[in-house]
Amino acid sequence: MRFVDEFRDAETARALAARIASLCEPGRHYKFMEVCGGHTHTIYKHGLEDYLPEAVALVHGPGCPVCVIPMGRLDDAIAIAERPDVIMTTFGDMMRVPGGRGSFFDSKANGADIRMVYSPLDSLKIARQNPDRQVVFMAIGFETTAPSTAMTVLRAKAEGIENFSIFCNHVTIIPAIKAILDSPDLRLDGFLGPGHVSTVIGCRPYEFIPALHGKPLVCAGFEPLDILASVAMLLEQLAQGRAEVENQYTRVVPWNGNPKALQVINEVMELRPYFEWRGLGFISHSALKVRDSYAAYDAEARFPVPGVRVADPKACQCGEVLKGVIKPWECKVFGTACTPETPIGTCMVSSEGACAAYYNFGRFTRERVRVAIGP
Amino acid sequence: MCLGIPGEVVELYPDRPDLAKVDVSGVRRAINIGLLEGEEVGPGDWVLIHVGFALSKIDEEEAAAALSFLEGIGQAYDDELAALAESRID
Amino acid sequence: MTSEQHVLQRIEAARQRKPRIREERITLSHGAGGKATHVLVEALFLDAFRNPLLEPLEDQAVLCVGGQRLAFTTDSYVVSPLFFPGGDIGDLAVNGTVNDLAMSGARPLYLSCAFILEEGFPVADLERIAASMAAAARAAGVSIVTGDTKVVQKGKADGCYVNTAGVGVLERPVELGAQRCRPGDAVIVSGPIGDHGITIMLARGELDIESDVTSDTAPLHELVGGLLDAVPDGIRALRDATRGGVATILNEMARASNVAVVVDESTVPVRPEVNGACEILGIDPLYVACEGRFVAVVDGAAAETAVAALRTVPGGEGACVIGHVKDDPPGLVLLKTGFGGTRIVDMLVGDPLPRIC
Repeated sequence: MRFVDEFRDAETARALAARIASLCEPGRHYKFMEVCGGHTHTIYKHGLEDYLPEAVALVHGPGCPVCVIPMGRLDDAIAIAERPDVIMTTFGDMMRVPGGRGSFFDSKANGADIRMVYSPLDSLKIARQNPDRQVVFMAIGFETTAPSTAMTVLRAKAEGIENFSIFCNHVTIIPAIKAILDSPDLRLDGFLGPGHVSTVIGCRPYEFIPALHGKPLVCAGFEPLDILASVAMLLEQLAQGRAEVENQYTRVVPWNGNPKALQVINEVMELRPYFEWRGLGFISHSALKVRDSYAAYDAEARFPVPGVRVADPKACQCGEVLKGVIKPWECKVFGTACTPETPIGTCMVSSEGACAAYYNFGRFTRERVRVAIGP
Repeated sequence: MCLGIPGEVVELYPDRPDLAKVDVSGVRRAINIGLLEGEEVGPGDWVLIHVGFALSKIDEEEAAAALSFLEGIGQAYDDELAALAESRID
Repeated sequence: MTSEQHVLQRIEAARQRKPRIREERITLSHGAGGKATHVLVEALFLDAFRNPLLEPLEDQAVLCVGGQRLAFTTDSYVVSPLFFPGGDIGDLAVNGTVNDLAMSGARPLYLSCAFILEEGFPVADLERIAASMAAAARAAGVSIVTGDTKVVQKGKADGCYVNTAGVGVLERPVELGAQRCRPGDAVIVSGPIGDHGITIMLARGELDIESDVTSDTAPLHELVGGLLDAVPDGIRALRDATRGGVATILNEMARASNVAVVVDESTVPVRPEVNGACEILGIDPLYVACEGRFVAVVDGAAAETAVAALRTVPGGEGACVIGHVKDDPPGLVLLKTGFGGTRIVDMLVGDPLPRIC
């Protein structure tokens, strides 16, 4: 596959690994946070940690938009889905996320009409085909996905489709990064910036990180070589005493982002005054809601929702994992009470969650794995 | 969620300027290119696809530059190793 | 031992515990062929029916009747849509059961078929399905010798469900089983994976993805015959890779034999279009169902002969070695990525592709 395979070349990876090792100051340990769930997924899927020296640790951040949805919000979505007149449509990732009383998957087993879609446009198509039902799209994701949701709402309006609405849970990345930087629990040396979010917001919004906190950020692509190259670029900056925003993913990310995408988000949505993030608590101006001018497409305006705040189960340490304070295996219930089949928290359910990634891909000490693969 | 795949535009729809048919390894789907309004998109162009929308055009020159840079690192490393092997200080 | 290793040990212990069903209601995961299916079978059905012939939980039961070894199996087909590129529910119903028999080394002989039809189902469609079954049975050298038909009210049975049971004769003195794998064995797959599952997903029409992928449904007994002729003593286990995909089969083998299966990602055959569709949808081809492919674990020394033999039989042109069996870490499947890193491949959790066979 073009633009994919070339960035997965093992030879170049080895060279990059050597470069990374050579850039590490003897005796110094580095902690870089990769903010985006897609990066977590790639790192584990390709076994990238095998390419990094012990001195470099990658910490997983809150860049998994599924993981950060609080349980109460999911209960609201399920309340809508269980209405007999509603067809709920959602990305596959959300199906098994546990709310206070079960997941979409459980509701479906109990008879709710919940369908998996690949695109919000598929949801709109279902609305067109089922004029006598109410079709709701569970809108999740960072700024990467918000423009697509917004475009779909605009399309619904243009076609005069009246039985379509969105349950908007889009969140924005900058407040999450700010929350991490302001958290006393964590000492980070730099960031791998979220590549696809940046195709929309560009690289400028990260400038406060070096400016106010003195830490470098490299906007990273999602193929293994992109991630390794970005780690090398971070180490390079630190070695040279620099702290800047750099773009490694130049083939896709424009420095100024996508103005049309930003414009459609702004047309259809606006920032909520505050929103609760699982594990990070309430963060102001960190999530999007549908503007009043588009209230006809806002599921929250159309349907009553309980709106009850549900506390995470006592055993759940998702918050600490999302902030990168603990590694997945350090969570008390990891792998025993909390597994992909029986998830307690969201980090174990989403394919981008750190816990799921570690459980499914990395759950074995590097040493033993290397011996098994041996000649 | 951040799943973005490169795909090649193979066909445009004259009656729907906001759509394009893209090909990913022989699999084809119509995607919405409305977010690339203002840019020229035509058959042969590569775009980044996310949940049925094109988010960005792939800049082939930048891709090539990124690759050469990476390969350069590889070469530089090989050169250094070779130099190290050849040099002696005793 | 580091604290991480302690935690990992605790997790392994938890995974070994006797399976228990936690749900009160059946979910689609229970039918996906992955973890939930296994737990359901072990904790509910095995518990209820327990007997030595059932315990091996292979694709078929091997019986001894009047001194003759027979293989006996059954499968139900609930695929949606009923008709798809490369075949229909009728083809699956014959080939699937023929293949379950073939995986024991048996020669498939007779099938039964039972229909559950929804009131209002078009007779023309039923004729089409029957014609497909007849053709598939002829191609596989089996006869459909008995059957049943039931009709249920509109709204149940989603058109047409089919169950087939099959009987075959085990003339070869082979003993195959998932528990027979040993370190040094080679893991072979009979051809490119994922074609059927992707075909079904795209045929559902909800994803608006066009492609030329067709189902790989096919009878496998001749391939198996060719393999057993070439390597009469070196085959440990055969399983056809249906629901849950190759990853699930390999996990079954690793667990049953308490060995590690190490797969080399760069050698796993996947058609570019299947790969493309998987990339778009974010699915791993290792978990996607096939209906005409099997995994064979063979003595390492016989691997080349085995692959060569498979490649001479129609349908086996794409056969290749994809990995090896090692003794450590036991019970796990590891993947050496094309990139050179390593990761674990667990059994399928959840259900990415509901009702594919």
